[in-house]
Amino acid sequence: MSSSKKIRVLMAKPGLDGHDRGVKIVARALRDAGMEVIYTGLRQTPEMVVRAAIDEGVHCIGLSILSGAHNALFPKIMELLKAEGADDILVTGGGIIPEDDIPDLKKAGISEIFGPGTPLDDIVEYIKANVKL
Amino acid sequence: MSVAELIEGVLNQKRRYLARLISLIENEDIRALEALSQLYKHTGKGHIIGVTGPPGSGKSSLVTKLTAEFRKRSKTIGIVCVDPSSPFTGGALLGDRIRMQEHSLDDEVYVRSMGTRGHLGGLARATSDAVRAIDAFGKDIIFVETVGTGQSEVEVIDVAHTVIVTDVPGSGDDIQAIKAGIMEIADIFVVNKSDLAGADKKVTEINAMLDIDPRERAWRPPVVLTNARTGDGIPELVDNILAHLEHLKESGLLQKKGLQRSRDELHELMKYKLTKELSQKLQGKPEYEKAIKMIAKRKQDPYTVAEQLIAEFLFSETR
Amino acid sequence: MGDNKTLPAAVKRWDENTVAKTIGRFPERQETFLTISGLPVNRLYTPLDTKDLDYEKDLGFPGEYPFTRNIQPTGYRGRLWTMRQYSGFATAKESNERFQFLLDQGQTGLSVAFDLPTQIGYDSDHPLALGEVGKVGVAIDSLADMEVLFDGIPLDKVSTSMTINSDAVVLLAMYIAVAEKQGVPMDKLRGTIQGDILKEYVARGTYIFPLGPSMRLITDTFKFCSEKMPLWNTISISGYHIRESGSTSVQEVAFTLANGIAYVQAAIDVGLNVDVFASRLSFFFGSHSDFLEEICKFRAARRLWARIMRERFKAKKDSSCRMRFHTQTAGCTLTAQQPDNNIVRVTLQALQAVLGGTQSLHTNSRDEALSLPTEESVQIALRTQQIIGFESGVGDTVDPLAGSYYIESLTNEIENKAMEYIQKIDEMGGAPAAIEKGYIQREIHDAAYSFQKSIDSNERIVVGVNKFQVDEEHKFDYLRVNPESERKQIEQLETLRKTRNDGKVQTALKDLRQGAEGDTNLVPLILEAVKVYATLGEICGVLRDVFGEYKAADL
Repeated sequence: MSSSKKIRVLMAKPGLDGHDRGVKIVARALRDAGMEVIYTGLRQTPEMVVRAAIDEGVHCIGLSILSGAHNALFPKIMELLKAEGADDILVTGGGIIPEDDIPDLKKAGISEIFGPGTPLDDIVEYIKANVKL
Repeated sequence: MSVAELIEGVLNQKRRYLARLISLIENEDIRALEALSQLYKHTGKGHIIGVTGPPGSGKSSLVTKLTAEFRKRSKTIGIVCVDPSSPFTGGALLGDRIRMQEHSLDDEVYVRSMGTRGHLGGLARATSDAVRAIDAFGKDIIFVETVGTGQSEVEVIDVAHTVIVTDVPGSGDDIQAIKAGIMEIADIFVVNKSDLAGADKKVTEINAMLDIDPRERAWRPPVVLTNARTGDGIPELVDNILAHLEHLKESGLLQKKGLQRSRDELHELMKYKLTKELSQKLQGKPEYEKAIKMIAKRKQDPYTVAEQLIAEFLFSETR
Repeated sequence: MGDNKTLPAAVKRWDENTVAKTIGRFPERQETFLTISGLPVNRLYTPLDTKDLDYEKDLGFPGEYPFTRNIQPTGYRGRLWTMRQYSGFATAKESNERFQFLLDQGQTGLSVAFDLPTQIGYDSDHPLALGEVGKVGVAIDSLADMEVLFDGIPLDKVSTSMTINSDAVVLLAMYIAVAEKQGVPMDKLRGTIQGDILKEYVARGTYIFPLGPSMRLITDTFKFCSEKMPLWNTISISGYHIRESGSTSVQEVAFTLANGIAYVQAAIDVGLNVDVFASRLSFFFGSHSDFLEEICKFRAARRLWARIMRERFKAKKDSSCRMRFHTQTAGCTLTAQQPDNNIVRVTLQALQAVLGGTQSLHTNSRDEALSLPTEESVQIALRTQQIIGFESGVGDTVDPLAGSYYIESLTNEIENKAMEYIQKIDEMGGAPAAIEKGYIQREIHDAAYSFQKSIDSNERIVVGVNKFQVDEEHKFDYLRVNPESERKQIEQLETLRKTRNDGKVQTALKDLRQGAEGDTNLVPLILEAVKVYATLGEICGVLRDVFGEYKAADL
């Protein structure tokens, strides 16, 4: 059988904020770049995000938060992924994330943070270059 | 992850391993075949329920509610949802999970979204094998939700024991299922969104269609009115699903379907394998390229050449 | 407006001689020019572009139907717009301090932001509230928090705007109860609850219940307020969030007014007289970055709403046809890059809103693309409005741009295009049906995606983002919400649950459940429940149980 690997990405909005313009635009851009994008909708707990990522066999998780809850939720998600032995999944974040918070988030295992104004192509290229297929 | 690890993980109900196996199946990885062949003896236990219907007929919501009802009856659930892949980029937006959130943390429910990756017929090429993997994993009930583009999504009949065809009131006067060419594959009809005007009328219309169905059938598809929002009609639908399975068993159809499916599958696999082997052998061969040119120039005909090439390359041991 | 017979020939001549000559030597910057919403912009507008305009019918006079030129006869000559900064932080106590500060600074109305758990009807100790308590606004779990929030603020003197939607009725009930304790009867209360649930499904995302029950809560509120709270604005029909989620200006007008139509129809359907409640409706728009288009948008929206109320709903009173609106400068235009540039953006956007005739205005702070704004940034934003109001002179005559060929022509175009959308939505069965089908969401998403593409491909320039970038480090002081406040809030909630009279709470909740299962007006029942300190989460929990929860439409 031939190999026809496709990058699968989970786009998730943990927390309660309903601003999904960004996450939906990125989802569409990733699809247009040939990826399979699973979108789970709003109000995801860290447990739900991790469960979806594992069930769907994704290579990458894109998290988006605009409410400021990232410091509580991003590390929690990384913790759960590790507990499941699924920390080989590439995890990126976006939304409104103050620069001061980024070092700690990266330390927790978030590999990149894409702030407002990031060109879509940058995100696509980053994922292509960094996922483990 | 080795094949042995995969198999052990799946049999021990580790969902990560199941997810990995399905990814390998989708990617047509050789390990998937090895794993599936060893898992085969553990399959054949789950009740596979296909859900098809026109766009907007509430398939995902229906599956969600059915899952809740089956969970009440202590059944474990697997769900495969298929969405279309873009023919241009190969990408896909898989959004069915949005409506299935109420089960997202239930350990006994496994949900997998799948892009068609160019396959027609309402399913992905990998769907059937993915269902088999979930079956081996041990889920009691496995739902297969078709793409829902409204076009001849009949392939689900080859995968499922019980096929549910959904429709909604008010979608024109026509029965959408007829237009979509899926009227004939239904074991159960569901008129979803029973709170909308025209729901009863739709039920009557479908029943009228069934009245004039010329085929003699021991099982007449029931028409069930549901509301996936409130859950009305869902217990009745589950009862009907179980009754259908009972009917399949009692009438011996289950066994017959199983035989037919094994026959079809074996045939498909052999065809696939042969085609693949033949094209590998022919790839880049000068005779092959030359023959193509001759056919295009009308110097030779494709019928004779096909016979010759098959005889020469597939059945000759010397090549 | 113009009837110059020789003008067409003159325009042609100008085009063929003067323009052609110049373009030969100095080509224009672009082949075609489009507004930010994609409407074509001509090189020049002349009386020919407004020749069908009937001054008295289409423009009229300020304070008179169809209100194109403003709803106040004297515009800002009598009183400037209300400078209202949306705010609210962490705990009720901190927010109260911020309110006192803003009132001292000369702000003339209060605006309360609630945190997300409050907006979605969860108590602060709900699992989904983790990390969200006090983050984007104040956390309110019960009347006790509301009492602290308005401590020392005379509710008969201020007008309060509350950004709350799916559970607006609960917060309104708490406000009434606090006022009662201050000795202020509810018929003296002035303010607004946003209460616009339809746009939550479309754009903002803080929905709870399915469409049907949500509309019921709204009509219950309409009814209650029309009898008991004559000064209260029962809904603020919001285009702002629709625009923020990526719509065009035409879509902003169309979808907002389509939602407005749905509310008016729902109210009429439950037996309210349109002329009794219509004057309590208010609107809320964004002010985006296309200067002239935005001014036209405000004017077009005003005229279109007036016509809808008169022609479609047969409103008799002129006051029923007056569109009053609040404006906020567009948060989505703020850049994280070179954040001080945002001060300039906000200035232009604020000026548009004033030239468009807004009744109240929120100006964003420069640092909002990075985090919650600091006090210094909030002050600059407020000063921006004060400079426009007190120094620029633009408020000294009413609707100063009227009669500009371009302004009038674009006002017409936006009105017409919005009307086409509204007709399409009508054909689908109105805004709620179009939302359930996901139509409105998809239209907005498509617009948002192509807008982002146009920035990525440098077709559109955003200064500091895709042109004129610099290497920079942000040296801002971020306003941080103390993580302790989440814990404190939860502690207070636990104390409240232990100290209140639980029997009374259970009775009130039982009554509420019965009411919700039937069709009685729920506002009095909710008022009873908040008065005995039932929590927001408990009240919404009962309603969730009875009504179910909304599930989002597809991507």
